[in-house]
Amino acid sequence: MLNKLSIKIVLLFLFLGVNNSHSASEKMELIEQNWPFNGVFGRFDKSSLQRGYLVYKEVCASCHGLKHVSYRDLTGIGLTKDEIKSIAGEYILMDGPNDEGEMFEREAKPSDKFVNPYENDNQARLANNGAYPPDLSLMVKARAGGADYLFSLLNGYKDFPEDFEASDGMYYNEYYPGKQIAMPSPIMDDIVEYNDGTDATHVQIARDVTSFLAWTAEPELEERKSLGVKTLFFLILLTIMLLGVKRKVWKDVN
Amino acid sequence: MKNNNENQEQKGVTGWIDKRLPIFTFMNHNLRDYPTPKNLNYFWNFGSLAGITLVIMIITGILLAMQYTANTDLAFESVERIMRDVNNGWLLRYIHMNGASMFFIIVFIHIFRGLYYGSYKYPREILWMLGVVILLLMMATAFMGYVLPWGQMSFWGATVITNLFSAFPIIGDYIVTFLWGGFSVDNPTLSRFFVLHYLLPFAIVGVVALHLVALHQFGSNNPTGVDVKSENDTIPFHPYYTVKDYFGLGVFLIVFAGLVFFAPNFLGHPDNYIPANPLQTPAHIVPEWYFLPFYAILRAVPDKLLGVLLMFAAVLVLFFLPWLDKHKVRSANFRPFYKQFYWLFAIDCIILGWVGAMPAEGIYVLIARIATAYYFSFFLIIMPLLSKFEKVSDHLPSSISSAVLSKKFDNSTKESYVK
Ligand code: HEC
Ligand code: HEM
Repeated sequence: MLNKLSIKIVLLFLFLGVNNSHSASEKMELIEQNWPFNGVFGRFDKSSLQRGYLVYKEVCASCHGLKHVSYRDLTGIGLTKDEIKSIAGEYILMDGPNDEGEMFEREAKPSDKFVNPYENDNQARLANNGAYPPDLSLMVKARAGGADYLFSLLNGYKDFPEDFEASDGMYYNEYYPGKQIAMPSPIMDDIVEYNDGTDATHVQIARDVTSFLAWTAEPELEERKSLGVKTLFFLILLTIMLLGVKRKVWKDVN
Repeated sequence: MKNNNENQEQKGVTGWIDKRLPIFTFMNHNLRDYPTPKNLNYFWNFGSLAGITLVIMIITGILLAMQYTANTDLAFESVERIMRDVNNGWLLRYIHMNGASMFFIIVFIHIFRGLYYGSYKYPREILWMLGVVILLLMMATAFMGYVLPWGQMSFWGATVITNLFSAFPIIGDYIVTFLWGGFSVDNPTLSRFFVLHYLLPFAIVGVVALHLVALHQFGSNNPTGVDVKSENDTIPFHPYYTVKDYFGLGVFLIVFAGLVFFAPNFLGHPDNYIPANPLQTPAHIVPEWYFLPFYAILRAVPDKLLGVLLMFAAVLVLFFLPWLDKHKVRSANFRPFYKQFYWLFAIDCIILGWVGAMPAEGIYVLIARIATAYYFSFFLIIMPLLSKFEKVSDHLPSSISSAVLSKKFDNSTKESYVK
């Protein structure tokens, strides 16, 4: 009885951890998706990541930065070095000072971090009605619900209910805490054109850009999970063997 | 090196060294021949697991510190660089992050083991008190470590907890300014927390060494709580407990690896992936899970100062355990009344942890108050009363061997002491 109860205690302690990360009240039930990167053997869908990158680049990037990601990291979504070089070359950033002591503009290189759409936070606020469009690199890890939250948010825009006291320049979104958000619904059917023939529906776009942002938040995910499977396999074998040795050594105690 | 004698020089290099510096004799005594009760159950695995976790934390911590920058403008970014650009940096960080949680799970079980089997009683009082010192040092270390990534919870957790000291009259504000090194949690705070977070684990190593010296003075307690009476009661540490500890380590590493590789952020808070922002308070400020029971006690009391004092008292009361519980019998297995209250206490701690994560309003406050009242009553009222009135059980075995043997031949009981 003692052993069983203690196991329950440990489980309950673990449960507290979950509880504490999801403790915000009166939230909408998120739309749950069966992401290919979920689960023990989870992997990213590379073509979805590439489509998602396109969405980020053509839609979100006008307001949101991705400052923890370098262009060269895009090899992780399956782009080639040459493709990355030309992508980086599309962006201009301020560098310097040079030998004459002057700051100068130059094209971004693959080793640079993604160039921010705004020069500073104040400019970002000014352009967005006083609201700050947060950096998206870590967004999926920074919200309870992760990818499901992001996907729900992008699909959660509705007209204001009649009795709702709406503030100026705000939009109604069921999944956003407080239900009104300063970001207008960023996506709609065919806002981007996919070159792999996928139908660019609202839901598809939301799914792709969410996958892409799940990757920017956890670029190590595939490596982590595959190393994890190997490690666990090894540890379980080792532990079974150790149990055998232990039984043998202890056989004739008393 | 079986029968090592100080005056007799053994063969070979080890023998030459050992005559001058008896380090091998020492290891032999303490890790090999060391006589250990033969009936220890798996709850006795958690001490060695705690030691191993401490080593894991120190190694991963030092490697992280080589890449980390303790500056409010750079800290968050430097952690992201570790996660993305440092080879296997994500692995190091996730091990260190989840290692802290594992450390607390292990030490909590270790403490509850001591509480159940009366390991704090004569002659192990100092051993127990050193354990409480370790717990305090661990809490300080973990608290400051959580500040280092400089996310929202880092910043606001540090702000809330350090602010508690302002509850003390007259000197309160002075203490807070002193802790912060300024007038808010800022760069000086971060940099001193980093220095202390690096320093304290080595203090823990020192106290653990004393803990072990004290342990080896009288040896381990055991599930019967009865002293070792003869050689029949013991077996040498090696190979019996070394192999058992290895097996326990294997099981532990499976759980640990499961967390690190498949749910590394399960025990963390998502807000800590938002960079610290002194102008924006998060909706709920919650500490790490292992502080929640204490946080609940803090918030259960309407008066801030009293709350702070009670929170500290919740840990400090453990120091006095050997004198609060003076019952002759150690093990709860032979104290039916104590056993009931003990399990109630364990459940009480879980309830405290749970309300600690809830908003401090409505029914939660009431639950927290009742749970806090029981927490302290258990130590301050129930233990002294039971010491006086609980009868010594007739079933108390005369020795470890007799207990083990009687269990062996008693098929009617399901519980057994030896696995
Ligand atoms: C017109 C500028 C603009 C565009 C384009 C835009 N956003 Fe936003 N976004 C904002 C602003 C402003 C906020 C802050 C909202 C607030 O604080 O109420 C925001 C907030 C967010 C948030 C944070 C929500 C939260 O829980 O705090 C996410 C996630 C997000 N945007 C994702 C996206 C994605 C994905 C895209 C591209 C498909 C995108 N945004 C395009 C302006 C924009
Ligand atoms: C870093 C944390 C700690 C480490 C590394 C550590 C290590 C150990 C080890 C290796 C043992 C011997 C094996 C065993 O009996 O399980 C032990 C025994 C013990 N520890 Fe700890 N310990 C730690 C924390 C604590 C704490 C916080 C307490 C109590 C408040 C505590 C109380 C005890 C007691 C009472 C014993 C003797 C148990 C017995 O023989 O029944 N320890 N410790």
